[in-house]
Amino acid sequence: MDLKELSSFVQRGNAKKTKELVQLGLDEKMSPAVILNEGLIEAMGEVGVKFKNNEIYVPEMLIAARAMSAGMQILEPILAETGVKPIGKAIIGTVKGDLHDIGKNLVKMMMKGAGIEVIDLGVDVPDQKFVEKAAEFDVDIVCLSALLTTTMPAIGDVIKAFDDAGVKDKYVFMIGGAPVTSNFAKQVNADIYTPDAATAGEVAKELLVNKKQI
Amino acid sequence: MANVYNKLAYDSIDDFVYGSCTYPVKTKGGLVIGGGEIYPELNFTLPAMTVNEETVQSAYDIYSEMIDGVLKRAKDLHSPGVVIEFETLPPFTEHPEWGITINKIILDAMKEYKEKYGLKSALRATPNDLREMNRPPIMRSGEIWENMLKTFEGCARDGADFISIESTGGKELNDDALMNADIKKVIFSLGVLGCRDMKFLWKHLVDIADKYGVHAAGDSACGFGNTAMVLAEKGYIPKVFAAVVRVATVPRALVAFEMGAVGPSKDCAYEGQYLKAIAGIPISMEGKSASCAHLSPLGNIAASVADLWSNESVQQVKLLGEMAPIVSMEQLIYDCRLMNEATKKGLSLQFRDLLVDSDSSLDPQAYVLRPDVVFEISKELVKTQDPFLRTKLAAQLAVKHLKKAIENKEVFVEERELTWLDIMEEQLDEIPDNEIEFYNQIKDELDMTKFLPSEYGLE
Repeated sequence: MDLKELSSFVQRGNAKKTKELVQLGLDEKMSPAVILNEGLIEAMGEVGVKFKNNEIYVPEMLIAARAMSAGMQILEPILAETGVKPIGKAIIGTVKGDLHDIGKNLVKMMMKGAGIEVIDLGVDVPDQKFVEKAAEFDVDIVCLSALLTTTMPAIGDVIKAFDDAGVKDKYVFMIGGAPVTSNFAKQVNADIYTPDAATAGEVAKELLVNKKQI
Repeated sequence: MANVYNKLAYDSIDDFVYGSCTYPVKTKGGLVIGGGEIYPELNFTLPAMTVNEETVQSAYDIYSEMIDGVLKRAKDLHSPGVVIEFETLPPFTEHPEWGITINKIILDAMKEYKEKYGLKSALRATPNDLREMNRPPIMRSGEIWENMLKTFEGCARDGADFISIESTGGKELNDDALMNADIKKVIFSLGVLGCRDMKFLWKHLVDIADKYGVHAAGDSACGFGNTAMVLAEKGYIPKVFAAVVRVATVPRALVAFEMGAVGPSKDCAYEGQYLKAIAGIPISMEGKSASCAHLSPLGNIAASVADLWSNESVQQVKLLGEMAPIVSMEQLIYDCRLMNEATKKGLSLQFRDLLVDSDSSLDPQAYVLRPDVVFEISKELVKTQDPFLRTKLAAQLAVKHLKKAIENKEVFVEERELTWLDIMEEQLDEIPDNEIEFYNQIKDELDMTKFLPSEYGLE
């Protein structure tokens, strides 16, 4: 199976062909990790670059993400059997009182495309639920989003809840949303602020790759 | 239906100008919106803070400071009148007594400035639509719905002049439709769910307005059209898509007026240009002086037929000049002063065309707000009374006009956007003319975990 061809089908959003090529690769005894990293994730990386260069729009990224998911349906059971794990795990949600989830959903898509397992807690998520789910899924990153000036402080409340539980240092806190700034991130002891979804995906991937290397 | 719109409210496009409309609205304080002059409409909001029982008094104090500051500036700059919008934050509708208290604080200050300085003013109360707090949203009953109605009632009872809302019926499906640039699902969200919800919601709001003798002012497709505009501005979706969505929001917003609303329509409803052409009501608009809240490619053209000129919203933060709401008030007053001066000198038509021509060739979203385009599309829309069919038609007409404008080099559109007009055209052609038939056709593609058909009167 030609990995470049697989990448090309993912980038073009051809779910059917993506599935077929993933299956072909497995039939040819290709390493599932190679299919994942050099086929599917590589494709989504290219898609991210094209988006950042204003060559494509989000709908085209979503179509590619769906093609990747189709490939993952075939690949995931094999990855689990062979002990290949995602590069990391994240939970994501909008904080208490905030219902605006377009940005959050984009970040989720970019992170998944980067090979990160993302657990979506949805909108209007209570502080304590973030703490519980981070432990339950043993995640690396906690992603928090807010769109309103009056819900933005709840980002700090969530981070404080982790601190109060004595587990803040176990996780990396990434935050974002229209009124959020890097200065605000410092104020609430968040680790990373990213201005857009594409950057969030890139930064999260880099962080997890570096973490693995340590 | 209180009103049926089967023809335009204007015989001549030359009468379609800022500051005056076919059916002006007079307030109890003596302002006539759409009666010849354009007035500023100012909205403000809290700085970053949590609102709860411990902090709500601080919130009251901040609103008190904000209203005092902006009214003082309006008085000092001799503004002939001013409209204030109080758009509640979610906690102020969840706890209606908090929202009603702030409404009263603002009204008291306005009364004081009227008595002491003769400053004419009016208040628009805009309780936020909390119904999407439930996922999937419960649109027609429950504690959230009751609290919204209580907030409307309290604000109207205490003397707000206008009641408005940015309603969200259908948004639960529209968000994904926008991200996927899926025009069929946009039409379903706006034309089926949105229009059905507007009929239900505005029946209640018009009843409240009638009960307390206030004006049912209008709605905004902010969560639909403006979300599309902001996504396009960030390069997430094509601008032509956002332009078509904008025109497709018109029939939904028009339902409020069919149900008895009288205007002025909401500032962030850029579809207002169409509402004014069809219903003849006064409209509030926002553009360059609303960049404190969000960017747009519509800075000037949005003012071209406005009757109120708004800043959308600004936080109470300190700028070099003054607190941000005061700065906003000054900007709006100067914008309006210039436009009113042009009117006095008989130059309003020329001024309107300058506002239009300075924007309309640079972005498809601006192009579809050109008065001539608005008239041409609106003339077709009033030929049917079915809001769903109107929504489909609005999108089709927007595509058609944009294609023609691109061909005639009347508007700049990036090369990579062009294919999206063809995609939309094909998808729109596949939509049947009957909404139930459309619903049955599209049902399998809808995420049924996100919306409850019964909340919209669907099976």
